Amino acid sequence: MSYTAWILLTGSLVGISCGLVGVLLILRKMAMMADAISHTVLLGIVSAYLISSSLDGGSMLIGAMLAGLLTAWLVQWFESTGIHSDAAIGVVFTTLFAIGVILISTSVGNVHLDVNHALMGEISFIPWNTVHLPVIGQIPQATLLLMIITIIVIAVIALFYKEWKVTTFDPALAASLGIPVLLMHYVFMTLVSVTTVAAFDAVGAIMVVAMLITPAAAANLWTDKLLTMLIISAVIGAASSCAGYGIAIWLNTSISGSMAFATGILFVFSYLFSPRHGQLAKWFHKPGEI
Amino acid sequence: MIRLLSLFESSNFQWVFISTILLGMAAGMVGVMSNLRQQGLMSDAISHAALPGVILAFLLTGEKQLPVLIIGAGISGLIAAFFIYGIEQSTRIKRDAAMGIILSVFFGGGIMLLSIANRSGGGQSGLDSFIFGQAASMVRSDTYVMGGLALLVMLLIFVFFKQWKVVLFDPQHANMMGINAHLFSSLYTFLLVLVIVIVIQAVGVILMAALLIIPALSARYWTHSLLILFLLSGFFGGFAGAAGTLISSSESNLPTGPFIVVTSSGIFILSLFFGAEKGLFHLKRYINKTALQSDGTSGGDEK
Repeated sequence: MSYTAWILLTGSLVGISCGLVGVLLILRKMAMMADAISHTVLLGIVSAYLISSSLDGGSMLIGAMLAGLLTAWLVQWFESTGIHSDAAIGVVFTTLFAIGVILISTSVGNVHLDVNHALMGEISFIPWNTVHLPVIGQIPQATLLLMIITIIVIAVIALFYKEWKVTTFDPALAASLGIPVLLMHYVFMTLVSVTTVAAFDAVGAIMVVAMLITPAAAANLWTDKLLTMLIISAVIGAASSCAGYGIAIWLNTSISGSMAFATGILFVFSYLFSPRHGQLAKWFHKPGEI
Repeated sequence: MIRLLSLFESSNFQWVFISTILLGMAAGMVGVMSNLRQQGLMSDAISHAALPGVILAFLLTGEKQLPVLIIGAGISGLIAAFFIYGIEQSTRIKRDAAMGIILSVFFGGGIMLLSIANRSGGGQSGLDSFIFGQAASMVRSDTYVMGGLALLVMLLIFVFFKQWKVVLFDPQHANMMGINAHLFSSLYTFLLVLVIVIVIQAVGVILMAALLIIPALSARYWTHSLLILFLLSGFFGGFAGAAGTLISSSESNLPTGPFIVVTSSGIFILSLFFGAEKGLFHLKRYINKTALQSDGTSGGDEK
């Protein structure tokens, strides 16, 4: 496959996996948890590096997963002491991120770990770092990781589709049906963390936030059905990646920045033209008519 | 200790030290208002959204003067705040999702512009520092601008203290008392954006939220009075600023922002556990509890 094709494939995989997870995130009113986890993942990666002194995908994934769970658990605990969720998230992610930056600046030195890189990502380098697989041949490491994560995300959502639906829309009903709501919460947070770290290596923290929240919010304007929303969100995510790459080439600028910006363009389009909840539809129909 | 004292002899360190204290205080006080409005993370969204404004200001004027960049950041931050409220009010999207959208899309746009600015030449270190903060590189003129604005923020809070009190706790009542709640709401957004754009320079975009949220949250564990809340939060913020600057200056190449944040998190943990009003283990509650228990046993006798 050509260089461009690998980048488009990687970007689309980020769009699909984040788009799917994002729908559940915004329906559970936890959008800013995505922002928090995408930053605290840094601490997980640094700690994993300090402990294992290697930068292979496996230890990074485990570190990120643990950091994501720690974030979710701390936020949950602070909320249970009566702190508003906004403030709880703010305290936890800034503190963990600050510890991560301090660890990098004191002990890790200037190895591969670079905060700048972590935030902005470097998707343009991805096709160069390949592994060899039987049958398929050479495949970029980050792309392979994203493929696996995307499959896991689809599988987890599909297998427990009913449970996700009930715990998302009516946690009280879910609890009375005997669904372990808290366990589902932590499974979901794990899913967010692994998706984040896989996407993070490719496109950086900020773009992960864009991909997790914006396509899902846009899809939320198009439909009321969960399954349709998941599909639309994944499509918007993948389309934003490709459009973003096009913009980046056209303007000769940052690829991940453009991909994040492209999600915004598609959101504005949905905001204006969605037949259900778009602004134009609202202007043409008098209130009460819908 | 001698090394710390010798730090103060460096005039540049003095300016940095004064700046971080003033910025910490101003951020702590504005944080009280945003925490009471349960909008802590607005600061995170606005600080990310300030980036495109900063870069555009640079691209348009070709200057890296602090006042120019602050104006750019301020305009873009206000637009972001306006969009967030707009999305929240005109669609079914919740505020936290609206914040996430604006934060990431604006920041993405900022990164696009930054890479264009980097390509078009000229040393860009000043622009990169907007993302990660560079307290240590502040000079005297920066202190005048930032310190002056920080003092203005604190002044506006204290001059209108009575109005803020009503507006924050009971906006409906405010209108009856002849206070224009809408005006003060706008003034609050203005103060929030102002304090964010000046603090970004010191601690960077990502850690900005900590300076607003953490001191104000910590102060809540010590008092119920709004005035003391403002003073205490300002004190915590200033203390964290001072301590963080001292620690990071004790060795070369340590970042300032993260140490300010970790210091204020330390204050938060202490407050959470030992705070005199709401702390988890505070003495008063312990005494009350034992008093209740002894009451309970005497009550049991009466039964």
